[in-house]
Amino acid sequence: MASAIASTLSSHSGSAQSAPRATHDPRWVRWLLTTVALLFLAFFLLLPLAAVFTEALRRGVGAYFAAFGDPDALASIKLTLITAAIAVPANTLFGVAAAWVIAKFHFPGKSILITLIDLPFAVSPVISGLIYVLVFGLQGWLGPWLMEHDLKIIFAVPGIVLATMFVTFPFVARELIPLMQAQGADEEYAAITLGANGWQTFWRVTLPNIKWGLLYGVILCNARAMGEFGAVSVVSGHIRGETNTMPLHVEILYNEYNFVAAFAVASLLALLAIVTLVLKSLVEWRHAQAHVE
Amino acid sequence: MPSIFKRIVRPALIAASLTAAVAASANTTILNVSYDVTREFYKEFNPLFAAHWKKSTGETVTINQSHGGSSKQARSVIDGLAADVVTMNQALDIDILHTQANLIPADWATRLPHNSAPNSSTILFIVRKGNPKNIRDWSDLVKPGVSVILPNPKTSGNGRYSYLAAWGYALRQSGGDEAYARDFITKFFANVPVLDTGGRGATTTFAQRGIGDVLLTFENEVALTIRELGADSLEAIVPPSSIRADNPIVWVDQVVKKKGTEKVAKAYLEYLYSEEGQELAAKHYFRPVDPKVLARYPDRFRQLELFSVEEVAGSWTNAQKTHFADGGVFDQIYTRK
Repeated sequence: MASAIASTLSSHSGSAQSAPRATHDPRWVRWLLTTVALLFLAFFLLLPLAAVFTEALRRGVGAYFAAFGDPDALASIKLTLITAAIAVPANTLFGVAAAWVIAKFHFPGKSILITLIDLPFAVSPVISGLIYVLVFGLQGWLGPWLMEHDLKIIFAVPGIVLATMFVTFPFVARELIPLMQAQGADEEYAAITLGANGWQTFWRVTLPNIKWGLLYGVILCNARAMGEFGAVSVVSGHIRGETNTMPLHVEILYNEYNFVAAFAVASLLALLAIVTLVLKSLVEWRHAQAHVE
Repeated sequence: MPSIFKRIVRPALIAASLTAAVAASANTTILNVSYDVTREFYKEFNPLFAAHWKKSTGETVTINQSHGGSSKQARSVIDGLAADVVTMNQALDIDILHTQANLIPADWATRLPHNSAPNSSTILFIVRKGNPKNIRDWSDLVKPGVSVILPNPKTSGNGRYSYLAAWGYALRQSGGDEAYARDFITKFFANVPVLDTGGRGATTTFAQRGIGDVLLTFENEVALTIRELGADSLEAIVPPSSIRADNPIVWVDQVVKKKGTEKVAKAYLEYLYSEEGQELAAKHYFRPVDPKVLARYPDRFRQLELFSVEEVAGSWTNAQKTHFADGGVFDQIYTRK
């Protein structure tokens, strides 16, 4: 994140020097606005982040690492990774397919499809969880049939994966659609004219064009998949060591007054988020470079 | 290809199916779905029972735990969370398993001793150190200038018991005068500045945000709260009378029949009535039903007059209908404020 701020700041000052200034605000106004923005960032982002790590390390490094030795904590980390490992590739595949269809072809109902892809963004995560309870729950449409055949969807890993997939559904597609629309289909037409088949066109022409945008979408999708709380909380059943993901485990530890362990697991989530953001900034930077070239 | 199959794949498949079969026969897993604050208790009780079960039958049993807000947990079981046993802090959240989904018979409470409640709790007060407002009894809570913290009776068992305790106190004071009780409970809630949705939320409001003069909560939460959040700033007050909060338990017939875990689920619940189960309950500040065990902890469980929900509200179903349902007494007096 720091690098992102630094890069925006530096690019800003760079353009200020070369381009004619858009406004003629006095120096102190600019300083004031910058200070306010930085203070805001410090209070609402850095301070809470620092608090997570201080609370986690309050009783020393030993207690911090002991929190990860707990089998329930390990199980929650494992489940979070499994969930992301299924949800992210699935949504990547879907996102690419959907963006491809929407950007490169014309068909009736296209705008409806785009709206549907956006739906998970518009719906509250709790509702996203509840719809699965309504469909797969014992009182729901498919529940009794699933029960008869001993299939578990909700209150088990499949339900958690489904809810996570629903919530993270739009990230990749949303990232790619504008990009692919801007690129148009000319290069693909050229490839096909020169005798490439569909797969060749995709692998050699389309994918190289979208790779940075795609990576960016995947990173955002992954961040949300690991951090999702609301939807997963509804379908989890909260079975310790079985169906608790990391965010759910943090809540449990916190409610048990086990603050050090709660913040330790939270700090791991925060670290994952920071790594994600650094990766994101890197990808953005490469993306910008690729565009310049 | 066929030789590879014979040499590697087939033996591997056979081995895998054998281990699966062995694992299935030797290791039973049951799930205990419970409310929020019993985590620590069952975390200790489960290995105790597993050892007991191993000794008496030779079988290995693993007990999984699920905790959350009591009504949410009941809802999850109705929606298909495969609970072998359900352990709650009020009968209402177990009754609903019968009325909404027919998972258990209507007479579930009669299947185990003491109305299927192996231990109980009660509602006590926590005040600021030194008790500056001199709060000793329920009548002190309706005095002007006293600020009372409790969770919302509509969403939490803790809040419902606190409400019924205040209501019961007023009824008993006045010899059963409902108008007096209604007036009392109205004054009581006029002193409540904020209603959290759950017990732990209300505790945080009181202990960490410093709001209110007195917190109403379960006896088993009192010791933990004072220990964890303010040994030098909070103290417990035991009023002369309060409500008995039974912790009912049930095995879920539909689930255990399907899974074939009826025997172990029943044994698990019965073990809560054993000496070991009762001692462990006492250790976690739940009042054991066994008078012998209870008598061993006179300091931990102070003498006070305990009345039941049935005495002051007829039954849980009735209490829910009259007081907590939409448009009930609570809605009338709280919105009137």
